[in-house]
Amino acid sequence: MRSKPTIRSTIGAAILAAATVAPALPLSAQEPDFKPQITARKALMQLYAFNIGQLGAMAKGSAPYDAAAAAAAANNIATLARLDDSAMWPAGSDNFSTEGTRAMPELWDDMADLRQKGMALAEAADAMAAVAGNGLDALRAAMGPLGGTCSACHKAYREPR
Amino acid sequence: MLRKLRRGAALGAVLLAGLAALALPLTRPERAPADAMAGLEGDATRGARIFDAAGCAGCHMAPNAPDGEPQARLRLSGGQEFASPFGTFRAPNISPDPEEGIGRWSALDLYNALHFGTSPEGRHYYPAFPYTTYVNASRQDVADLYAYLMTLPADATPSRPHEVAFPFNIRAGLGLWKALFLRPGWVVTGALSPEQTRGRYLAEALGHCGECHTPRNALGGLRRDAWLAGAPIPGGRGHFPNITPARLDWSEADLIEYFTSGFTPEYDSAGGHMALVVRNLALLPREDRAALAAYLQAVAPVPEAPS
Repeated sequence: MRSKPTIRSTIGAAILAAATVAPALPLSAQEPDFKPQITARKALMQLYAFNIGQLGAMAKGSAPYDAAAAAAAANNIATLARLDDSAMWPAGSDNFSTEGTRAMPELWDDMADLRQKGMALAEAADAMAAVAGNGLDALRAAMGPLGGTCSACHKAYREPR
Repeated sequence: MLRKLRRGAALGAVLLAGLAALALPLTRPERAPADAMAGLEGDATRGARIFDAAGCAGCHMAPNAPDGEPQARLRLSGGQEFASPFGTFRAPNISPDPEEGIGRWSALDLYNALHFGTSPEGRHYYPAFPYTTYVNASRQDVADLYAYLMTLPADATPSRPHEVAFPFNIRAGLGLWKALFLRPGWVVTGALSPEQTRGRYLAEALGHCGECHTPRNALGGLRRDAWLAGAPIPGGRGHFPNITPARLDWSEADLIEYFTSGFTPEYDSAGGHMALVVRNLALLPREDRAALAAYLQAVAPVPEAPS
């Protein structure tokens, strides 16, 4: 039994943390630079992409199916989905307020929805982890639902290019 | 000088009146003959595939329908908003509700809507409803789609009016628009394999890829000479990408994976409205996704969309 999913579930805590820190900052920091947070969340997305890429290459037939490698990649994705990344998403680190991100301000508007989308990702990742080692057909069937949970968040909260 | 101006104005008025008289027949909504759908038996199971290929749910399901519930996309209550340079369009209720939806429509009514952009009351629909694509759909497919739509849950949410400013709120003008831009026929022609031909039907008669990915002229007509060459997102930031072979170098396997799971070759995932498109495409048989991928390889390469 895994611990309860926490991904993106504590944006509220991040806002609180930001509010606590803000008064201590000097005046020069009125326009906070969120570069570390934005770099970190892009790195997190890269980790997802790399591991999903291992599965995708097999699903597409551009790499031979390897049960152990598929299971490892899928387990990594399930682990990532449970990472507490709340500190990477401070309020104000959206694409209207700062540079270098496509995260839309709406991401901070509906915590319940964000939490639900995070849970859906964790569940789809678990479903993939449960079957990725059981053959190519099972892996292929789990790709769509997993991709759907990525897109759900990107559709709602990421500005198109 | 003044006389010259006056003469010019008078000439202009005469010209305008002449144009209006010429144009009047063009402003009337067109319809098919009353027996156009006679003898066609609709098959709801086949219709489900048409529904997914045509992407009806993408626009007509409720705004913010929950992602996790597969049934939510079948409740076609309408209400999603679509920004454009001409105003904001709101997708209407097309559930089988007899009062607020299309429950009283005949298959012929659906055919007239899809083929001519004409409502059962004889009004023009705005081309936010992509009848410029659906005009290529076969009558049998419309009959099957009709049979399927009538099996979906009824929803009593009233449709909300569009917010379109003058002069675009004069629907008679749409007759002229249709005369200019609504015509059946294929954009991609030439020697196509059977798979590419199927893909063309999916893309140009049902899936309406061009409605977003093809640039438009000042009147909102699709630039067929720059088919799928990309376009700005109306009312938003960013671009619908150029998906001609000049810019899209994905393999067919890459495209099929994208249409199935939404993952790009870099394992980014589809966002924006394309996320909904992928949801629909993922429900199609794999051979249809492969056909779409094959079709995209046959599109004329256009390196830059004209502005």
